[in-house]
Amino acid sequence: MSHTKYEDLMAQRAEIMRQSVGLDYAQYTTGALAFDYERLLTDTGYNVEAAAAVQSHTAVGNTPLVELENVTALVRVVAKPGKGARIFIKDEAANPSGSFKDRRASLSIHEAKKRGYQGVVAATSGNYGAAVASQAAKAGLRCIIVQEAFDSRGVAQPEIAEKTRACEAYGAEVIRLSVGPELFYVFLGVLKDTGYFNASLYTPYSILGIETLGYELAGQVRHQTGRFPDVVIATHAGGGNVTGTTRGLRAAGAVDTEMVAASVDLSGLHMASDHDFNRKSFTTGHTGFSMPFTTWPDRVDVPRSAARPLRYMDRFVTVSQGEVFYITQALAELEGLERGPAGNTALAAAFAIARELNENQVIVVQETEYTGAGKHPLAQLNLARQMGVDVVRGDPKGNKPGERIVIPEHPVQINIVDVDLDHVRRSYLSKAIDTLPKGTHLSDVDFDFLVAETRTNRQYVQEVVDALQRKTG
Amino acid sequence: MPNLIDKGTWVEIERIVLAAGERAPQVPDDTQRVPLVMRVKGFLMAAATVGTEVEVVTAAGRVSRGMLREANPAYSHTFGSPIGALAGIGGEVRAMLRDQGRIR
Repeated sequence: MSHTKYEDLMAQRAEIMRQSVGLDYAQYTTGALAFDYERLLTDTGYNVEAAAAVQSHTAVGNTPLVELENVTALVRVVAKPGKGARIFIKDEAANPSGSFKDRRASLSIHEAKKRGYQGVVAATSGNYGAAVASQAAKAGLRCIIVQEAFDSRGVAQPEIAEKTRACEAYGAEVIRLSVGPELFYVFLGVLKDTGYFNASLYTPYSILGIETLGYELAGQVRHQTGRFPDVVIATHAGGGNVTGTTRGLRAAGAVDTEMVAASVDLSGLHMASDHDFNRKSFTTGHTGFSMPFTTWPDRVDVPRSAARPLRYMDRFVTVSQGEVFYITQALAELEGLERGPAGNTALAAAFAIARELNENQVIVVQETEYTGAGKHPLAQLNLARQMGVDVVRGDPKGNKPGERIVIPEHPVQINIVDVDLDHVRRSYLSKAIDTLPKGTHLSDVDFDFLVAETRTNRQYVQEVVDALQRKTG
Repeated sequence: MPNLIDKGTWVEIERIVLAAGERAPQVPDDTQRVPLVMRVKGFLMAAATVGTEVEVVTAAGRVSRGMLREANPAYSHTFGSPIGALAGIGGEVRAMLRDQGRIR
């Protein structure tokens, strides 16, 4: 990377983005705030069938759906008579690089190759890096992954260290950075210097690639149980998982399935803090991402995010770190599935929600991910202790992110906390209004857009917006 | 005399991207006080000693420049010691299902 000054490079952001994504986002703008989201997606030419055809070429998708009969039995131990829904899990660890992120990478890499790019770049510290590297290897493209990997003492987050290894195993160059949002600046520099394709997590390709997951899942559940799932739970961070899965469910006809977004509660820890970096035992699927990305999805590395979770979630819940570690252990010892933290976050929430549902109902955890050295409760809890975080058994209500991880003493203590969606919607609208110059007039198109974004109605949006504009003068 | 690392050795280099105090305005104080550091691996283009400025060819075929940190950098992430707070869970949940007659 050349040593362009921070501000100079950031000023070139729009042009670098346009060249590296090959999409002119400006043509989709329809108002001061509004853009044509559906057309942004459909113009790619991919529907579920077309995406599945690309994915089948690289052995992505068609993963097993496994009924967790013993975990369900455990739910029924702590549920009222007649309660305790059947829990299923979509074993996405069976994808080539070990997670559902292969679905997200597949269409991007396919497009990059089709359009003649020499390589791809992605800014990601998680499974997505390995997915992009794996798909790029198969496609014969060069690959660079930019990670936020270690703190100022040089201590690497163990899960990210494992992702470094995996990306390098697939032949990628991995640029590892210390903590900070200026990762984006380095990322822009790499795009500018290489002219490679920006395999962002938030392009239409990335989201359309997930639709196959929801689509497959709906069909598998119907085949195995005779009904569509009553509830699907997705671990929620940037919003792609919730968005793509729901769209896929709907494409399959599962329009009444309740979509639940689940995140690990890491409230109180700052995402850009060097001090807090290694006091988090989860690197994704946590509130540090899901709150800001739900309330303002366009904070991403492309002009408009195709992941718009507030449009799709029916419910948003959090669980604590200790509850996820507990269920991870239970999944291994009761179902013979040793899997990573991402899907197990949704599984902890599913365990609690299954207790509310009837025995004949079906709840699906829509992903698992691989596990291994670094990417494991033992690695995380050993690091937590090294960082001075207490690890104890007790009531998870005593959990305090960065200070105390409480592993439940009994499955009855696994509970969810509902996030107030009204509060989230108001926060979204507040951020939307904040982006506008003072006195900007919102058209009907903008109001329709905000109604769709928040899944509310004109009156709700009008009232909130009026109140916000009165406040800001 | 410091050890000379051979040309062609797989190494890791380090570079300061943004110095302490020159970080993006939105970062918290603790992050503002430390530099943004980049580390990348590649094949060393000319024999050199640790701590000197070098060039490497990365896995993507690019030339990257920085201070030589280490030859043959290890993957040292692991599982670590068993954690007592997790060790009992399996036995406890199995006992609950055994009481139901579900497992043996």
